[in-house]
Amino acid sequence: MSARGQMLDAIRRSLKRGPLTGPARDAAEARLAAPVRGPVPKRADLDHAGQVALFCQWAETNNASVARVGAGEVPAEIAGWLKRNNLPARAAMAPSAELDRYDWASQKLLELRRGIAVPDDQVAITGAFAAIAETGTLVMASGPGHPVTLNLLPETHVVVLREQDIVGGYETVWERLRAAYGRGAMPRTVNTITGPSRTGDIEQTIELGAHGPRRMHIVVVRP
Amino acid sequence: MRSTAHAFRGNVTGALSDANLQDSLSKLKKGFSERRRQAAERLPEFEALRDAARDIKNHSLANLDFYLETFEAKVVALGGHVHWAPTAEDARRIIGELCREAGARTVAKSKSMVAEEIALNDHLEALGIAPIETDLGEYIIQLRGEPPSHIIAPAVHLTKDQVADTFLAHHGKLGYDKRLTERNDLVAEARAVLRQKFIDADVGITGANFLIAETGSSILVTNEGNADLSNTLPRTHIVLASIEKVIPTLEDLGVLLRVLARSATGQESSAYTTLNTGPRRADDLDGPEAYHVVILDNGRSQVLGTEMQEMLRCIRCGACMNHCPVYGAIGGHAYGWVYPGPIGAVLNPQLIGLEEAGDLPNASTFCGRCESVCPVRIPLPGLMRHWREREFERHLKPSAMRQGLALWRFVAERPRLYRALTGLANRVLALFGRAEGAYSALPLAGGWTAARDLPAPQPGGTFHAQWARGRRR
Repeated sequence: MSARGQMLDAIRRSLKRGPLTGPARDAAEARLAAPVRGPVPKRADLDHAGQVALFCQWAETNNASVARVGAGEVPAEIAGWLKRNNLPARAAMAPSAELDRYDWASQKLLELRRGIAVPDDQVAITGAFAAIAETGTLVMASGPGHPVTLNLLPETHVVVLREQDIVGGYETVWERLRAAYGRGAMPRTVNTITGPSRTGDIEQTIELGAHGPRRMHIVVVRP
Repeated sequence: MRSTAHAFRGNVTGALSDANLQDSLSKLKKGFSERRRQAAERLPEFEALRDAARDIKNHSLANLDFYLETFEAKVVALGGHVHWAPTAEDARRIIGELCREAGARTVAKSKSMVAEEIALNDHLEALGIAPIETDLGEYIIQLRGEPPSHIIAPAVHLTKDQVADTFLAHHGKLGYDKRLTERNDLVAEARAVLRQKFIDADVGITGANFLIAETGSSILVTNEGNADLSNTLPRTHIVLASIEKVIPTLEDLGVLLRVLARSATGQESSAYTTLNTGPRRADDLDGPEAYHVVILDNGRSQVLGTEMQEMLRCIRCGACMNHCPVYGAIGGHAYGWVYPGPIGAVLNPQLIGLEEAGDLPNASTFCGRCESVCPVRIPLPGLMRHWREREFERHLKPSAMRQGLALWRFVAERPRLYRALTGLANRVLALFGRAEGAYSALPLAGGWTAARDLPAPQPGGTFHAQWARGRRR
C-alpha cells in the first residue's frame, strides 16, 4: 500500500470508521462551503472612522509610525519622512496600478525603481491589500503588482494604505480575499504584518529588525 | 536528536546547579507569563476564543482524513506536491531526495519543532547539504551544537554574554572579530551573517503552524520574518508539517491566531503571519518555483480515538512551559528530548516510548497552571496521570515504589487507620525538630532532603485534626 493509503488507513482505524461518508461528510463539506465564524472581538466593532483610528493606534503601539494624508500629498509625505529620518531618497517601489495614481514626478529628488527588491535596496514602498484595525495588522497579497521581497528585504518599509482598505478583523479580510481571488483560491503569498520585524530570542528582550524591516512607516490615505 | 529523557534525574541535578541557566530561567516569570496575563486581560473574548479554538481542533481531529485529502487536492491543483511520511525516517528520506533533486548545497531553515523531532539537520549534513537555521534563537543553538530548550524561544536558557562568546567564536572567520556587548549589536550581526545565507540557499525548509483545507495554504507565524525569507528567496520551498496541523477554513485560522500569539508571547499578534499557497504563479515576480508539503504521522494517528487524543490539539505556543514551576526550575534541556515542559511530558512518551520518557509525566506537582493557560484547553495534568497509570500497569516502576504505593493504598482506604498513623507520625516528627521549623535530613528520606528541607509539623496536629476542630481557615 502507498504511504498515503497507509496513513489515511491508520487515521480511519483509530477513528473506528472507513472514509468519511453520509451526514458526517455532508457536515464537513458544508463547513468548508460556508465557514463558521468564531467569537469576533467587539474591540473593532466600530464605524469606519473608528476602525481607521483604532488601526492607527495599534500600528503605533506595534512600533510603526503613521501619517494620515490626502491622495495629493502621498509622494511629498514619503519624501519628507525619508529626509527627516536621514534615509536615502531612493526606493524600490511595487509596480502596482494603485501606486501609479500618485504624482511621484512631483518629488524630483525621490529616485524610484519599480519591481522586486534586491539585497542592496534600503527602502521599499508598497501598497496593501487590506489592514486590520483590531491589531494594527497590514495584509499584503503577492502578485505582479506586489512582489513579496519588497515586504522583507529592505530595512525600511513604507506602506501606502487607503482608508477604505482598513477593516475590523480577519473575517472581513477573508471575505475580501474570496471576492478578489475566488472561493478557496489564494495568491501565492499573503503576508500579514504587524509592525517591524523583531526578536526576543536574547534574554526575552525585544529588539527590532531581526530579519525583515527595522522600521515601518504607514501612510494612510484619505479617499 | 538523541534522547536523554531516561537520564532525567541526572539532568535535573545538573540543571539546578547551572548558574547561567538559573539566571536565564529567573526572567521567565516577568517575561512571557506576565505578558500573557496582560494580553488575556485586554481581550474580553479571550476565554470564549479558547473554547472555540478547542472545538475547532476537536472537529478537525474527528475528520482528519477528510481535511488532509481536501488540503492535498488543493495543493496539487495549484501545481504543488504533497508527500506522505508515516515515520520520521520516511520524512527524512523524502526531504533529502527533494533537496538532492534541487541540487541543494545549502538550505535555509526556519525553526520547526517537527524538523527537530525527525532530526532533519543530521540527515541533511550526512548528505553533504548544509542546513542553516535562520530563527535567531535556533541559529545560536545551532552554532553551539545544542538542542532547543523551549519550543518558541530555543535559546531562552542562554545569557547575552554566552551569545556574545558564541558569535565571537563563530563569526570571527567572517571578519566579525569584536566581542559585542549590546543586544541590538548581536541581532544586527546575526542579521548581516544570515542575510547572505538566505541569498545563497537553494532550498527553504519551514514547518507550518497550520494547514488550511479550504485553500491548501500552509501558515507560518514568526516575529523575525525569517520564515518568510526562507519561503520566498530559494527556488524550492519545502513545508514539513505533522498531520494534526490541518484545520478547515480561514475563519478557523482567525480564531486560532487570536489565541496563539497572546498565549505564546503576550503579543496582540506576531509580527508575521504568512499564508503560502502553492508555488509562484506565472505572473509573480518572485517566490519559489517548486512547492512541496511533507505530511508526517510518526505515531500521532495511534493517539486518535484514545483518551490521549487531546494532546493533538496542541498549537505549540509554549504557555504550558512558561507557567510550569518544574520547567521554571530545570529549563528545557533536562527533559531530554525535543518537547519540554508539560506538553513534552505528555507528547514524548507517545513519540519515543514510555520506557524512555517515563520520568517526564512524573515530574509534575499537578498544580494545574499549564491546563489553566492552555489556549486549546488540553487537560495536561490528566494526560500525565494517564501515563503514570500506564507506567504502573506495565510494571515499569521499581518494585520498592510499587510496594510503597500498595501500602499507601491499603492505609488510605482505611480512614481510621490513616488518621491514627498520620497523627502518630506528626507527634514523632515534632519530637525531632519543630523548633527549627524544618529538617535538613531525615532517616529514610535522604533522597528528598538532599536538595531541600522538609517542613516540620506545626502545633495543632494534622490537617484532619485541625479540620475536625473547626479551624477551617
